[in-house]
Amino acid sequence: MEILDIFASAGLWAAVLRIATPLIFGTLGALLCERAGVLNLGIEGIMTFGAMVGWLAVFNGADLWTGLLVAAICGALFGLLHAALTVTLGLSQHVTGLGITLFSSSLSYFLFRLIVPVAGTPPTIEPFQPIDIPGLSDLPFVGPALFTQTAPTYLAVLLAVVLGYVLFFTPLGLAVRMTGENPHAAEAQGVNPITVRYGAIMAGSALMGVGGAFLTLSAFNSFFPTMIQGRGWVCIALVVFSSWRPSRALLGALLFALFDAYQLRLQTVVGKAVPYQLFLMVPYIMSIVALVVMARRARVPQALMQAYRRGER
Amino acid sequence: MGSPFSGRGVAGMSETPVLRLSNISKRFGDTIANDAVSIDLARGEVLALLGENGAGKTTLMSILFGHYTPDEGTVEVEGRALPPGRPRAAIDAGVGMVHQHFSLAANLTVLENVMTGTQSLWRAKSDTASARRKLAEIADRFGLAVNPDARLGDLSVGEQQRVEILKALYNDARILILDEPTAVLTNAEAERLFSTLREMARQGLSLIFISHKLNEVLAAADRVVVLRGGKVVAERQAEATTKEELAELMVGRQVARPKREAGKAGDVVLEAIGASLVVDGVARLSDLNFQIRAGETLGIIGVSGNGQAQLAHLVSGLSDATAGELRLFGEPIPTGVEALVEAGVGRIPEDRNAEGAIGEMTLWENAILERVRSKRFSKNGFVDRAAARAFAATIIEDFDVRGGAPDRRTRLLSGGNMQKLILGRNLHDQPKLLIAAQPTRGLDEGAIAAVHTRILEARAKGAAVLLISEDLDEVLSLADRIRAIVKGRLSPPLAAEEANAQRLGLMMAGDWNKDSQYGEASHAL
Amino acid sequence: MRFERRPHRPFALVIASPVIAIAAALAISGVLIALAGAPVLEAYYQIAVGSFGSKLAFTETLTRATPLIFTGLAAAVAFRAQVWNIGAEGQFYIGAIAVAAFGAQATAGLPAALAIPLLMFIGAVAGMIVLLVPLGLRLRFGVDEVVTTLLLNFVAVLFVSMLIEGPLKDPLAFGWPQSVPVADNAILPKLIERSRLHIGLAVAVAIAVVVHIVQARTVFGMQSKAAGLNPRAAKFAGVPLASTLIKVACLSGGLAGLAGAVEVMGVKGYVTTDLSPGFGYSGIIVAMLANLHPIGVIAAALFTAAMFVGADGMSRAIGIPSYIADVTVALSLLTMLVALFFTQYRIRK
Repeated sequence: MEILDIFASAGLWAAVLRIATPLIFGTLGALLCERAGVLNLGIEGIMTFGAMVGWLAVFNGADLWTGLLVAAICGALFGLLHAALTVTLGLSQHVTGLGITLFSSSLSYFLFRLIVPVAGTPPTIEPFQPIDIPGLSDLPFVGPALFTQTAPTYLAVLLAVVLGYVLFFTPLGLAVRMTGENPHAAEAQGVNPITVRYGAIMAGSALMGVGGAFLTLSAFNSFFPTMIQGRGWVCIALVVFSSWRPSRALLGALLFALFDAYQLRLQTVVGKAVPYQLFLMVPYIMSIVALVVMARRARVPQALMQAYRRGER
Repeated sequence: MGSPFSGRGVAGMSETPVLRLSNISKRFGDTIANDAVSIDLARGEVLALLGENGAGKTTLMSILFGHYTPDEGTVEVEGRALPPGRPRAAIDAGVGMVHQHFSLAANLTVLENVMTGTQSLWRAKSDTASARRKLAEIADRFGLAVNPDARLGDLSVGEQQRVEILKALYNDARILILDEPTAVLTNAEAERLFSTLREMARQGLSLIFISHKLNEVLAAADRVVVLRGGKVVAERQAEATTKEELAELMVGRQVARPKREAGKAGDVVLEAIGASLVVDGVARLSDLNFQIRAGETLGIIGVSGNGQAQLAHLVSGLSDATAGELRLFGEPIPTGVEALVEAGVGRIPEDRNAEGAIGEMTLWENAILERVRSKRFSKNGFVDRAAARAFAATIIEDFDVRGGAPDRRTRLLSGGNMQKLILGRNLHDQPKLLIAAQPTRGLDEGAIAAVHTRILEARAKGAAVLLISEDLDEVLSLADRIRAIVKGRLSPPLAAEEANAQRLGLMMAGDWNKDSQYGEASHAL
Repeated sequence: MRFERRPHRPFALVIASPVIAIAAALAISGVLIALAGAPVLEAYYQIAVGSFGSKLAFTETLTRATPLIFTGLAAAVAFRAQVWNIGAEGQFYIGAIAVAAFGAQATAGLPAALAIPLLMFIGAVAGMIVLLVPLGLRLRFGVDEVVTTLLLNFVAVLFVSMLIEGPLKDPLAFGWPQSVPVADNAILPKLIERSRLHIGLAVAVAIAVVVHIVQARTVFGMQSKAAGLNPRAAKFAGVPLASTLIKVACLSGGLAGLAGAVEVMGVKGYVTTDLSPGFGYSGIIVAMLANLHPIGVIAAALFTAAMFVGADGMSRAIGIPSYIADVTVALSLLTMLVALFFTQYRIRK
């Protein structure tokens, strides 16, 4: 049974973590925005921009971590734009988010084309290398399966834990959650919902930028347009699937990546008998299924997508 | 009318007031919400702020609490001026606010709701243990027991209000402002609230409560400040005034509500036979049996949330009975809104803005929306705009919709005029059955009188009227018979002539089986 | 500083808002062009010349505007009823591939006057079906259609890719993944000889007028507007919400499917996976620039098409990547949102 043998290969599990990493960053970022009450459909474009700008920084001589940082800062700036439009002006979060996606992705292509001349083969950079964790990486099966990742992957997992802690065990996290549930109540308790929303959107968008940059700085070593391939939309679906909990977001991203890694390997096993496009559809269809399953069960932040204007109810 | 507060002795007007509002003015566009309002509050005092909707009470309290910045004037707490527009400063100075629409998050726990914003946002960890202790202490001190780990959305409305009060006390409030605190409470819960307030005043807290209900103002306050048109028009010691005087001060003129005259009931128009409604597995209406005859008004009273909304939706054609049935003129009631309207049923919804009219549409569109498919207003799928505009113009004229023109946006109308538009579209063609759910909620006295006149007119012309209202005075002045709705069940009817506040109170508490006097009344019908 | 709602939306401001928005977008893009070291005015001049400067350029712009009118209408009718159809891209492809599937042989025997309308109808129905899935999920399970329509775009393109590498593959295409071409009787007649401009433009304009009349004058138009503005009040007034939204979705998905059908029949003749340079997404911008007005969609589509067509020539002339057109158009969506905000609010200190 070759189809089941796939699960026994350490390579599969290593791939799961790798595929999951950008999704973890993106989902956590979107989750943070939504916990404060703002849907950020700019995610797809912000990830694209992060992928481009992170790569560009490294291509121009910055080190890899600086690349990630640049991606985070640019993400935060797009978040600032989203916040200005949806929080200060209270514009439709749907349309604004799409506008941000269209703007930031086309800006990515423009800048990339402007700075990197057209070439036969796309220029590359030297990406993050897997880190050897003494002891753990040498374990049989578990070592190659789980502990041959690059640093950002470990960072993503750590981040899920940290965000979960911040949201549920600190006053700041409580303020964020209250803002997403009832901004008027937050205001009445002396928490400024506008500041909280700005902060959450900018921080969340920074994470989205990092998620995108992972693709060009770790998973691959070059940038090409449309490389995000709907990952941002998948993250939005994963947030619903996670019921707005970072731990479940981590789980969801891993589960999702498992399917993705599995179908990639299954393609080689099944060969040409089944069109490869069917396999590629699986992630998107899975996301829709996840939405359907969770739609009625999820405890949605009550103020999600509601503009807050002081003194207006 | 003596004050029930033993705390009265503590308060002396010679002391520095704990709170002083001086010359507060606030304008919104062209409307003046507050005009040079000055109010003092003494320690241990309960002050009632009395006024109609739109008198400026809520604006004033929002300024005090820092939600709004005043155009002029200052707020001083214990002699120190509060910086305007900063809720946190008000909280820190010891001002707590209990909003009419609770400022709470349903998905968070009681403790989380109370704790929000009370600890430095940059702490590495919430200090839940000490917060829990402090909450328990306060709850104990004022008799406000509530489970700190319960999800707020799972609590009753009365319990949620307790959390709202606890939240203010947790912030060490010494001045507590309550905005229409009894609006959502049962009588028993209101009683309990008043005893809590008394206890708080006795322990030295100062309270302002905002209300338009004269009875409770006189029962609970030491002093009454009457606000009208944004100005303070009078100030009275509670023991030195009367309900009649306050009513006149509040309204500013003698507005006589029209009185019902005895009529002659005709044939049965609407009949419910064992009608029940189950929504998502929860029984909302159970085994309703009632009749309404032509030229007769049945009033349904009850505490908010006992099934009034569901009953109104059921008879308005928005939901179908899950058991039993409704009959109109002896036939099963037509299903769907359109058929119902065609059959001569007029419907006034509970919430004007959410259900009654679409603000961004024009008056003519709102006038005909529920009948747009009828031959009168459309042909071959095309809207007959001339007919629709003419109809809207007639309503505007006949029902005195001020500020209305067929092509204006409905959102620009005041609440009272929007309600007149809704009344107009329902009453213009003399309905056979009129369903009026909370028809005067949020309206000022003038508009209330106009709405009442129209409803009585419809009845006089032979309409059967189902009036669902939480306003007892309204029901007493309009209804021929009164039933209470309690947990989705209807009490036996009581003839209006036999009704008084005490009996209605018992009915609303669900005690109709114990009161033998009801038995007789219900046999008669 | 705070914002205060205006009692009235000044009509002049509403009319002027797209112009202001586009000017602002051009200004911001101008900064980008300047930063890239190119002459800004020259760049815009080149775009204008490339899109309107000659008969050929102008017909190219009109050709490009044709699918944008359809997808713009698709977004406009949906958004008006608060159906967030972001899936026009996918519906476009499915409409296109449906035409290729039927137009290659099944309708080849018919006279053109019959085959063309029939294939347009088939394309529209195919687009409808694609949108009815997410709408059904919304009505049945409460799933937000924004994300599902977005995700379905990827599924649709993969589906098309599967067909053109499989059952619908053109055997004469030297291994290139492209579909079988539609038969000659399905090729749309040209509006102007020796250009690519086809009668699809006339169809698009006519449909925009029809959509306007339907929205402004009919019972369905009024009910769908009510359903979008305030679903609760619409329900209270007896508007059948589900069926109204389904009709809206049929119209919206149909228009997007028609866009794909017309593009195949009028321009390409066959389907590839790069048939659409984002017509579906640009349609959203077109709709917003038009403030959801069907007639405005025509003008907005023209602007958008001109930017894209003109940018190619500009790129060749002064070496600025033609992606600047995408940037400007996307920016104009954001500036339009802000402009519309200020038609409703004004600033108070």
